[in-house]
Amino acid sequence: MLYVVIIFLWTSILLYLLLGGADFGAGIIELFTSRDNQDRTRRTMYRAIGPIWEANHMWLIIAIVILFVGFPEIYTTMSIYLHIPLVIMLLGIVARGTAFSFRNYDAVVDDMQVIYNRIFMYASCVTPFFLGIIAGSAVAGRIDTHATNFLDAYVFSWLHWFSVAIGFFTVAICGFLASVYLIGETDNETDRQRFISKARTTNILAVIAGALVFVAAQVEHIPLMDWIFGNPVGITAIVLASLSLVLLWYLLFHGKTKILRVLAGFQVTMILLTTTYRHYPKIVLLKGGGYLSLLEHAGNEHTMAALGWALLLGSVFILPAVFYLIYSFQKKKASVAH
Amino acid sequence: MNDFIAARSQMALSLGFHIVFSCIGMVMPFFMAVSHFIWLRTGNVMYKNVTRAWSKGVAIFFATGAVSGTVLSFELGLLWPEFMKHAGPIFGMPFSLEGTAFFIEAIALGFYLYGWDRFNKWFHWGTGVLVGVSGLVSGILVVAANAWMNSPAGFDYINGQYLNIHPIQAMFNDAWFSQALHMCIAAFAATGFAVAGVHALMILRGSHVQFHGKAFRIAAVFACVAALLQPLSGDISAKDVGRRQPAKLAAMEAHFKTEKRAPLIIGGIPDEKNKTVHFAIEIPGMLSFMAHDDFNAEVTGLDQIKPEDHPPVAVTHYAFQVMVGLGMLMLAISLLYFIAVWKKKQWLQKQWLLKLFVLATPAGFLAVEAGWTVTEVGRQPWIINGIMRTADAVTPMPGIVYSFYLFTAVYLSLAVIVTFMLYRQIRMVGKLYDLPAMPVPSSH
Repeated sequence: MLYVVIIFLWTSILLYLLLGGADFGAGIIELFTSRDNQDRTRRTMYRAIGPIWEANHMWLIIAIVILFVGFPEIYTTMSIYLHIPLVIMLLGIVARGTAFSFRNYDAVVDDMQVIYNRIFMYASCVTPFFLGIIAGSAVAGRIDTHATNFLDAYVFSWLHWFSVAIGFFTVAICGFLASVYLIGETDNETDRQRFISKARTTNILAVIAGALVFVAAQVEHIPLMDWIFGNPVGITAIVLASLSLVLLWYLLFHGKTKILRVLAGFQVTMILLTTTYRHYPKIVLLKGGGYLSLLEHAGNEHTMAALGWALLLGSVFILPAVFYLIYSFQKKKASVAH
Repeated sequence: MNDFIAARSQMALSLGFHIVFSCIGMVMPFFMAVSHFIWLRTGNVMYKNVTRAWSKGVAIFFATGAVSGTVLSFELGLLWPEFMKHAGPIFGMPFSLEGTAFFIEAIALGFYLYGWDRFNKWFHWGTGVLVGVSGLVSGILVVAANAWMNSPAGFDYINGQYLNIHPIQAMFNDAWFSQALHMCIAAFAATGFAVAGVHALMILRGSHVQFHGKAFRIAAVFACVAALLQPLSGDISAKDVGRRQPAKLAAMEAHFKTEKRAPLIIGGIPDEKNKTVHFAIEIPGMLSFMAHDDFNAEVTGLDQIKPEDHPPVAVTHYAFQVMVGLGMLMLAISLLYFIAVWKKKQWLQKQWLLKLFVLATPAGFLAVEAGWTVTEVGRQPWIINGIMRTADAVTPMPGIVYSFYLFTAVYLSLAVIVTFMLYRQIRMVGKLYDLPAMPVPSSH
C-alpha cells in the first residue's frame, strides 16, 4: 500500500504541475499580452479553464493530505523550514482564486475588474514561482535542522540561486503549458496564431530558464548534472523530452492541437520524472547529508493501508468525473464551433 | 503578543473566516437545488432567476471557502508542526476522504455553473444536488477530524509515544456524531437566516418583491426547520461533552464547584479568582439533568480539575451563553413563522415578521462562531484532549506575529470584498433577473 500512496503522491504532483500549471500559465500569458489583446485572451481563457479550474487545484490538496497523513515528518519539516515561501505561495493561491471568481461573478462590470485582473495576473506569476522555490529547496540540501539563527534556519533554507532558478523555470513551464493548451481553445485564426507564437516564446524561455538552473546548480555546488545524466532513466527521459521538443517545434508550424498538448505534457512529465527519479525515495535533502525518505519516514502500516484505500476509492469516483467534465466541455465547444 | 498567542489567533482567525464561507458554500447549493427543482416542475421563470442568482453566490462562496480551506491545510503544519507530526497519521483518515468529497464538489460545481442549457436538464439539476451533498459530506468529515481532538481515539499513548494506530477508529471517535450533527444543523440555520434576512430586507424595501419573496420562502423554511431541530442536537452534544470533557462543560457553565443537583447558570459574570459567578440566573438541578438526565446527578466542577488544566472560563462561558441565546432567538422566530404558515396566514403579510428575520440575519453565524469558540477554547490548554498541550505543538519559528498581521489583513480585505460583491449582486437583481422572460445569458 505504501507504493500505491507514493504513486498517488507523485501523480498528484504531476497533475498539479500540468493542470494547475496550465491554469497559472493562463494568468501569466495574460500578463504578457498586449493591452489590446488582453480582453480576447481573457475570454478564451474563461471558456477554457472556467469549468475546471477549481478541480485543477484539488491536486495540490490531495498531495498535501497525502504528505500530512502518510509522511508527517516530511510535511512538518517542510512546514517549519520553508514557512516563508509556503506562506507567500498560499497568499498567491488565495489572491488568484478569489480574483478569478470575483472577476467572473461580479454582477457589475466596472473599474473593479481592473483590480481583479491585476491581482489575478500577478498572483498567477508569484504562486508558481514560489512553488518552484519550494521544490528546489526540498532537494538543494540547504535545510538546516540544526541552525541556531533565524536567517540560516528560515531564510537561507530556501533563498539561494538554485531554488530561484527553479522558480523561474516553473513559471516559464506554466506559461508554455498554458499557451499550448489555449491554441486549441480559440475560436478564430488570429488568436490561434497569437497563442502559437506565445507557445514558441514561452518554450524558448523555458529552455533558457532550464539552462539557468544548471548554471545555478554549478554556482551552488549542487550535483545536478550527475542527478540527471548519472543514470539510464534520467538520460532516457531527457533524450525523449528533447526529441519530442523537435517534433513539437515542427508541429507548431503545421498545427495539430491535440498532439501538441500531449507533447507538452509529455515533456513536463519527463522533467519531473528525471528530477525525482534520482532521489527516490529521498524527498527532502537536509544540510550535512541528512534526508527524509518516502520509505523510511512513512506512517505506520494501518495508516498507509487506510490512506491507500481512501485514495483508490476516491479515484474511482474522481477520475471518471474529471475526465467527463473535461471531455464534455471540449465536445460542446467543438459542436458550437461547427 | 507572543508567538504562541499569535499562532492561536491566526488559527482562530483562519477558521473563523473559513467556517462562515464553508457553511454558506455547503448549504446554499441545497436552496439553489430546491428553487431549481421548482422551476423545472412548474416552469415558473422566477424560480430560474432565483436559482441563477443564488448560483452566483455559491460560486463566490465556494471559491473563497476553497482557498481559505487550502490555507488551513497548510496552516496545520505551518503553525502546529509538532501536533501534525503525531496526529496526522492518526486523524488523517477523514481528511483523505474529505479530499475526495471536496474534489467531487468542485467537479459537480463545474458542471453546474457552466452547464446551463448544455446538458440534460435533470442531469444538470443533479450536479447541483451533488454539489450540496458532497459539500455536506466534506463538512461532516472535517468535523470528525476536529472531534478527534476533543475525543482522541484509535491509538495508545504509551510513554509519550503514539502506538497501535487505527485511523478508522480515530475517525469514528466518540464525539464525531454529536459534533457533526450539531455543526451541520447550525450551518443550515445560519445560512438560512442569513439568506432569508437579506431577502426579507429587500422585500421590506419594496424592490423586486416577487423575486425576493420566492427566495425568502425557500431560505426561511430551511432556516426554521434547522432552528427547531438544533436544541435536540444541542442536548445530545451537552451530554456528550459532560461525559467526555467535564472541564469544558464546567467552563461553559462557569461551574466552579462539584455538586449534586447542579444548577444551570444563565448569564452572569464569572469571577475566576473567587470561583463564583455574579449576577447569574440559576435554575436548580437543571445542569445535572442536562448533562446526565437526572436532576440529582453529580456534575464535575472546575475544583476537580487541576488548575493548569482549566480552560479559560470567562470566554467559554460567554461564548456558550451567546450561542444558546441566539439559538433561542432563532427558535422563537421559527415557531412564529410556522404558526404564520399554518394557522395565521395574515401574519405573512405583516412587516414585523419580516423585520424579525432581518434582525436575525447575522444571528446564525454569530452563534456558529460562538459555538466554535466553545469547542476550541473549551478544549484548552489541550490541542489533543488530555494528551498534548497546545503550547507544545506550536512551530519553533519566531515572528509568527507578523504572519498573524498579514493574514488578518488578507481575511479582512476578503471579507470586505465579498460583502461588497454580494451587495452588488443584490443591487443588480432587477437588471439581471427580475425580467419575467429573461433571455438566457451567454456563458458569462
